[in-house]
Amino acid sequence: MFDPVLADIRFGCGRSPRIAAPGSARELLAGLTAPDRMAHIFPIMSFDAFSRDMVASAHTLGRIRHLTRGTEAEELAIDQIRRLKRNARKMQSEWLVTHVTRRVNSQTPLRERLESFWADHFTTRGKTNVLAEAGSPYVESAIRPHLAGRFDELLIAAVTHPMMLHYLDQHASAGPNSPQALKYPGKKGLNENLAREVLELHTLGVDGPYTQTDVRELAELLTGLAFTTEGGTEFRRPLAEPGPETVLGKSYGGDHPARLKDIHDALRDLARHPATARHVAGKLAVHFVADAPNADLLRAMETAWLDTDGDLMAVYRAMLGHPAAWDPRPGNAKQPLDFIASACRALDIPQYILGKRFGIALLQPMRLMGQVWQTPPGPDGLPEADDAWLTPQGLAARLQWGFTIPQALLGALPDPRDFVETALGSRAPAEVRFAASAAETRADGIGVVLASPAFQRM
Amino acid sequence: MDRRSFLARSAALGCSLAASPLVTPVSFAATPGDARLVVIILRGGMDGLDVVAPYGDPDFAALGRPGPDMNGDAFDLDGRFALHGALAPLRPLWQAGDLGFAHAVSIPYRDKRSHFDGQDLLEAGVAASDAPLPDDGWLNRLVQHLPGASAETAYAIGGEPFRILSGPAPVSRWTPEADLRLSPQAILLTRRVMQSDPAMAAALESAFALAGRDGDELAFSGSPGDMMAAMRDDMMAPRDRNRPGRVLAEFAGAQLRDAARIACYSLTGWDTHKSQERHLPRSLEQLSDSLLALQSALGPEAWGKTTVAAVTEFGRTARWNGTGGTDHGTGGAMVLAGGALRGGRVVTDWPGLDDGALYEGRDLRPTRDLRTHLAWLLHGQFGIGRSTLETTVFPGLDMGSDPGLLL
Repeated sequence: MFDPVLADIRFGCGRSPRIAAPGSARELLAGLTAPDRMAHIFPIMSFDAFSRDMVASAHTLGRIRHLTRGTEAEELAIDQIRRLKRNARKMQSEWLVTHVTRRVNSQTPLRERLESFWADHFTTRGKTNVLAEAGSPYVESAIRPHLAGRFDELLIAAVTHPMMLHYLDQHASAGPNSPQALKYPGKKGLNENLAREVLELHTLGVDGPYTQTDVRELAELLTGLAFTTEGGTEFRRPLAEPGPETVLGKSYGGDHPARLKDIHDALRDLARHPATARHVAGKLAVHFVADAPNADLLRAMETAWLDTDGDLMAVYRAMLGHPAAWDPRPGNAKQPLDFIASACRALDIPQYILGKRFGIALLQPMRLMGQVWQTPPGPDGLPEADDAWLTPQGLAARLQWGFTIPQALLGALPDPRDFVETALGSRAPAEVRFAASAAETRADGIGVVLASPAFQRM
Repeated sequence: MDRRSFLARSAALGCSLAASPLVTPVSFAATPGDARLVVIILRGGMDGLDVVAPYGDPDFAALGRPGPDMNGDAFDLDGRFALHGALAPLRPLWQAGDLGFAHAVSIPYRDKRSHFDGQDLLEAGVAASDAPLPDDGWLNRLVQHLPGASAETAYAIGGEPFRILSGPAPVSRWTPEADLRLSPQAILLTRRVMQSDPAMAAALESAFALAGRDGDELAFSGSPGDMMAAMRDDMMAPRDRNRPGRVLAEFAGAQLRDAARIACYSLTGWDTHKSQERHLPRSLEQLSDSLLALQSALGPEAWGKTTVAAVTEFGRTARWNGTGGTDHGTGGAMVLAGGALRGGRVVTDWPGLDDGALYEGRDLRPTRDLRTHLAWLLHGQFGIGRSTLETTVFPGLDMGSDPGLLL
């Protein structure tokens, strides 16, 4: 059952030479409802502030550029746009450093892991100008506040967020019989993108009990969702399909003008659906425990979901209370961010060093390992299967990191014989202890510990 | 013939196997034939009207673009089109029939002109629609239909994810950036700690083998500082180095001489909104360097069985914009090369450039889906049937008539 070393490795951000492991599963969970010290000490801009500041500036400059086409003023606007984009890219890199630094310093590391999990479950990607750099503000505003709440709150926050509406084209969608579509025939119409992903990815799952008709009806129900740079998400009735719409046999709206509440009602019903409980609780187990999780563990998590209408704390508690979650055999392969951040935590690398060397220490190696930061391959986010990560190229990049980057970042490396204890504690296999002591250089000793399956897996 | 009798026969013929130019160590591996295909993705939207300029078209001058520098390095192709001066090193290929172009082509993607969507569609090989993109790319679907294909058959080369080769058929991915150099003892110790984990141990052996095959040895016996400097150098993104086109092509060529039959990589820097006359030549030099490096890495035998297709997500606006460049457009050009090509031609159903001919009054009008050319290449190179190509590799495609791209 509960093992503090495994708690840090499997459900935390890895071991730290400075921060004690949790003493119990209860303590691990309690961290999730404690004040968010990491967000306070290492802040990330809220999405509203990013939108008001960066996105609004980009729009204004774009308008100026358009109005001054062919004049010298246009050159000036172009130059300002370039500066703004450069600034946004710099902020995005700094926030990657912040995410890693939170992982290095957190006493409630499960929060950081859950943030990554849910940010990936609700994957978004900015497709135009500075929105491409808004990934961290989105996660900070839409995901992080809801990690320990109910799934329906998280679902509504993510699905109706401007980043999601933008990423999956919802803001451009108009009901076929909406005032806008009738006014501009052939120009405005329905887009099913978000509706399909809500059913397939966010809630019921691809094997869930829905049909193309449900996708279409949900797409019609979602019409009206739009956003502005200044005010965030808003409901625009001229885009909305007059109700009612029937999703999974239940009718929403119709006896009154279209309204946001009907959309929220449908999302709440989807959040409580048994197929959602099975799909999403299952995905949590796959992410944290194993690619093919124990059936009884899955049942326990699903039951907790259904008994509490998707109270996430209850679902996490069911996972951490189940013996299969504490199977001592090596578990999932760490994803690239998990690998790098846990190495940084074990080496206790300070924020200012990561800030100076984020390219060589974080961005480039993560890309080589297969995770292009905040550039997901598609709305389904990062793969969960180990073999997606343990490719020859991915592994080469991990070895390359482990054998060289620690020395590039730190003036003095720890003694590898101590480091093996710091990083793996009681879970250090004999051959890894041997290799750490047999290496010719400290850099090789650290490298071989970080290369070992005991470190690469959770 | 099995390996033993082959060796015996070679010995009987009195030739040394190792010295034979026709036999490389890996060529015993099963491969799906001898034909080779290289797909180069030109990310950013290459301006086909600048690269293969229709300077013979009476409406070309009215576009406000600088014309090809016919007194400089640009050269006439067929009286209608001239090749950009930065591709002058490819002139011998053109004269040998190893270089050709398809013009006024595009993928079936219109109006939104987003790099993000366009590249996804180009790699997925499907038409734009509201439906989610398939998870696999068209090159992976091709591999699924190659008899005798193994994970060694197709290589995605470079750091990015490559949707074009993603999918159920196993393929290899490698980037010369992921080069690995370890001290001899670190190699031993790493092997030892991996023994307990068969999946990781297998990936490790492949990584070691690939790292030793991309130009420098895995084992490195310099000081730790030298090793770090060398690896840092390797890890730099290829676009930041001087000659990514050459580095990627050399690695591709080495694999294609062995067991690989398909390779894919990308070249960037085509999004020339501004100062195109300064920026485009740099990207074209990369392309030209890359094609010549491929030819030389493959050697005459393999080059003769190779086709290269360089494709981009969209062309650019027909007219020059206010900043000495071009914005995202629609129709463009596709660059074809290789010894298997029936080159020396610009294949096109030319739409013209007057206001009425331009797509939406602004872009070169595509007159052919570029996937049809790719499909005919796959048909000719790998013998893939038309119905498979039209339903599976490029679902919903009508290949139309055979443009006769291959010898």
